[in-house]
Amino acid sequence: MNAAMQAAGTTIEYEPPRNLAEFMSLALAMESEAAQRYAELADAMEMANNVEVAELFRRMANIETGHARAVMAQMHWREYVPRGSPFSEGPETPGEDAVHYLMQPYHALELALACEERAERFYADLAAAVEDAEVREAARGLEAEEREHVALVRAWLARAEKPAENWADDPDPPRYVD
Amino acid sequence: MNDVAPCAPRTAQTYKSAYKPIWCPGCGDYSVLSSVTKALAMLDLPPEDVVVVSGIGCSSRIPAYTNCYGFHGVHGRSLAAATGLKVARPDLTVLVAGGDGDGYSIGGNHFLHACRRNVDLTYIVMDNHVYGMTKGQPSPTTEPDWDSKLSPGGTKLRVFHPLVVALASGANFIARAFSGDPNGTADILAQAIRHPGFSFVEILSPCVTFRPEQREWKTQVRPAPVEPTTDASRAARRLMTDDGFNIGVLYAGDRPVCPLAPAEPRSRVEDLEAEFAL
Amino acid sequence: MDMPVGTEERAAASAPSRRASPVASSSLSIAIAGSGGSGVMTAGMLLLEAAAKAGLYGLMVRTSGPQIRGGEAAALVRLAHRPVAALGDAFDLLVAVDWQNVHRFADEIPLCENSVIVGDAGEGDTPDVFRASGARVVPLPLKKIAKSIPGSWINMVALGLAGALSGLSAAVLEAALRQSWKRDDAGLAANLEALRAGIAAASQVDAFPTLGAAKPARGTRWLLSGNEAAGYGALCGGVRFVAAYPITPATELLEWMAPALAKVGGTLVQAEDELASVNMIIGASYGGVPSLTATAGPGLALMTEGIGLAVASETPIVVVDVMRGGPSTGIPAKSEQSDLSFAVSGLHGDAPHLVVAPTSIGDCLATTQWAVHLAEALQAPALVLSDQFMGQSRAIVDEPAQSTWVARRLTATANVPDYKRYRDTESGISPMAIPGTPGVVYTADGLEHTEGGIPSSQARDHARQLDKRLRKLVLHDYGEMWADREGSGERAIITFGSAASPVREALRRLRERGTHVRLIALRLLAPLSQERFDEALAGVSQVLVAEQNHGAQLYRYLRAMIDLPGKPRSFHRPGPLPLRPGELADAILAWSTR
Ligand SMILES: Cc1ncc(C[n+]2csc(CCOP(=O)(O)OP(=O)(O)O)c2C)c(N)n1
Ligand code: SF4
Repeated sequence: MNAAMQAAGTTIEYEPPRNLAEFMSLALAMESEAAQRYAELADAMEMANNVEVAELFRRMANIETGHARAVMAQMHWREYVPRGSPFSEGPETPGEDAVHYLMQPYHALELALACEERAERFYADLAAAVEDAEVREAARGLEAEEREHVALVRAWLARAEKPAENWADDPDPPRYVD
Repeated sequence: MNDVAPCAPRTAQTYKSAYKPIWCPGCGDYSVLSSVTKALAMLDLPPEDVVVVSGIGCSSRIPAYTNCYGFHGVHGRSLAAATGLKVARPDLTVLVAGGDGDGYSIGGNHFLHACRRNVDLTYIVMDNHVYGMTKGQPSPTTEPDWDSKLSPGGTKLRVFHPLVVALASGANFIARAFSGDPNGTADILAQAIRHPGFSFVEILSPCVTFRPEQREWKTQVRPAPVEPTTDASRAARRLMTDDGFNIGVLYAGDRPVCPLAPAEPRSRVEDLEAEFAL
Repeated sequence: MDMPVGTEERAAASAPSRRASPVASSSLSIAIAGSGGSGVMTAGMLLLEAAAKAGLYGLMVRTSGPQIRGGEAAALVRLAHRPVAALGDAFDLLVAVDWQNVHRFADEIPLCENSVIVGDAGEGDTPDVFRASGARVVPLPLKKIAKSIPGSWINMVALGLAGALSGLSAAVLEAALRQSWKRDDAGLAANLEALRAGIAAASQVDAFPTLGAAKPARGTRWLLSGNEAAGYGALCGGVRFVAAYPITPATELLEWMAPALAKVGGTLVQAEDELASVNMIIGASYGGVPSLTATAGPGLALMTEGIGLAVASETPIVVVDVMRGGPSTGIPAKSEQSDLSFAVSGLHGDAPHLVVAPTSIGDCLATTQWAVHLAEALQAPALVLSDQFMGQSRAIVDEPAQSTWVARRLTATANVPDYKRYRDTESGISPMAIPGTPGVVYTADGLEHTEGGIPSSQARDHARQLDKRLRKLVLHDYGEMWADREGSGERAIITFGSAASPVREALRRLRERGTHVRLIALRLLAPLSQERFDEALAGVSQVLVAEQNHGAQLYRYLRAMIDLPGKPRSFHRPGPLPLRPGELADAILAWSTR
């Protein structure tokens, strides 16, 4: 990675896109990775019987999937076959370890908010840095969309119940399995 | 990287099964699973030609979560089962997966001999420096002062250094990866699978339940400041001074691969009777 | 030498002195003993090979001291007109090329007053333990004879002597030597001369009961050890992968298989330990290749967890246990049938599996082949209980009939809809998908699982899979192979493994004297079936269970599992000494006249 760029506030490294197609495939990788991770987290939460958070993650997965679809439609791409990823971990992807089996919707929304904000900043930084006008315009467009998401998640968060101090307490020890 | 498969393209999803992992939310093993499936997609291998063999432990649950053939055996013996399978069926791609307890403690002897035998396997250890499945006892890679019920005050034992042991024992490919970097891990795994002989990939994979402090690993890991080497003595120096957080391919050797494989039949079984007949 | 049936006192009092009137015996037992480097094993082997050429049957058992090299050793050979699979009661001839510690074999080389001891006078006195038998001692200068022929070996003098006393012609003895030597060089010439000198020396042993001339052999005969027979049986059954860790007395089985597998397109891996070997064969078999390992008691103990895995994951494997004296390291190079209890019930959990035992040296072939067939057909581990006696002894046997037991595994075809690896079928057997087959991928599991193979701790799944795994073994039709049955009568003797051979011989002797006892030599030790026993024991009022171990393991096992008629009795004693037909005949006689 010679001409690597660093997205603000993250340690994400990637090759800067040189044209619209490259930029859009970067966006597609980013959105679908986030979608996949949310789906995974939703499954994990479901397994841990944390239904509310599972549902929330599922909703986020759907939003990100919609986003990825939109990118594909705009470019008239028919299918997405990821072969490796341009990122170590996409800017919009919630960390695998950022969850807890007793976490509450409030925590999940905090997590989602952080991811959306990171995405917004990522597109903004990219738009500021690229020279290709077409790419800059597309990046601004996606930045605006992410800003909408940020607002949406903020609104949800405002309505979510604040967790109690002892939300992570579990009187039972972990289960011994095999 | 961008070579497109001719017909129905295989994606990471192709290699995921419908079964949901029983792992704790936040466990690093989720990412490892996703890296494994991504690596298989990168290599575009038919899922039915891949077998994932494991032992016992949280991490060892991984085979059923893939859409490949799987063998979930007994604690510590995955390398043995995989060796038998690969020698008898060299046409298959055989991945072996498990935890640090499974691989370095109860299965330690098999680890040494698998390295030295250099059968074409890819061995993935999800190292969380703890026995997760049995509720948090120290493993060979646990820090000497880590307090636990079974070893109050810590084991006071030197940690086991799997990469050095692997190199000394004859492994042909040695890498360290981090579950928090799933795409980088997928890339390393794809290289490991492609590399002939015994490829060993140690993946730092946090146990958020018994070692929540391992969430900090993401701030500690760094890309190894060196290129992969084929020179074992350079690799040895590198590994001996390593603090356990350098990520990347650390050794890619050209040691001779285990020659064991089914021979071409030269005679019929009945022909062997000649030696008994008077 | 076969002792007459009856008490020892009677035998001693009434047996005609063979020295006075030599009679042609139907079986002759010869021990050739000496310290390391004297080549007594080679002499014994050549004696057996020459006898085979002459149309005789026979077997040879090896015994030796604990030293790696140079230890005392003895070849125990028995020759006969009809097939023999057990040692006799006493030895007719002991040829000692020297007496270095040979007295340690006194228990293994029982002599009686009709026996002849040929020892080298220059090598010291015949040990008292041998003299005490009342055997006749004939000193001959064996060493001097060999020394007088430069380049020759003393064991060839012993071979000539023993061969001539057995009634073998110089021609067959020379042919056996030539065949083993392979090169036509000075060494061969010298040893042929030594052989002839030994033959000539035989004339100095008068009145020795030679074997009468054999009838010309009908059909082909084979000379092989039980270990080789088991290895060959495994290949005939379809085994193409072996992983093992060396252990006495199973090593020869593996050493025979290594080059043989290479010839027929298979592989052998020397594993780092028995934990590895059993798991390696499980892996290979999971991959669709019929697989086997061989070991002895200590290795079997390490393998039990893996065998349980084969039960639970329904992976066919064959484990040959060449039993030796136990527990622990025990008596490695001596035989004992003491792993039976462990083999049938040593697995944790409810773990139905197959246990079979060959009933003679030659039968190691058919039984191992059958074990491969059963394991593959029933997708279960099969343990084969051979033992040191059968494994390491070589015997001349009639060419075994071709058997049709081959590996035939029920496998899944590609892309069958709704494939479930552990489907609860009527027979209990469900098609196994072999890696490489598309559309039917699954994960084999040692954890209790659903029909689809997903780990489950549900009561329903556990009950269902337990039933399935038991049912497939119980419902199988084992046909006539489950036991060798002979004779009739209201009394029956039940035995297994290498004990079957001396029991069979004892019963034949009793039959000649008008005592009829039924023989049931079990080949299938697990699972047992009451119906099969009921049928075999119809009309029987008393049962004796005979075996070679200290704990009466078969007796206890049968009493726990099967309703036997009358008051079942046990005849059992541990190794290392082999069961002898005479002691069994006495025991059976005492029991049957009670
Ligand atoms: C023979 C045997 N001994 C002990 C156990 C219990 N056991 C199950 S998993 C495990 C340790 C697992 O630790 P590790 O391999 O590090 O995997 P993790 O759960 O951390 O992924 C132990 C001791 C067992 N299943 N079998
Ligand atoms: S106990 Fe630890 S290793 Fe096991 S699933 Fe939970 S987090 Fe992962």
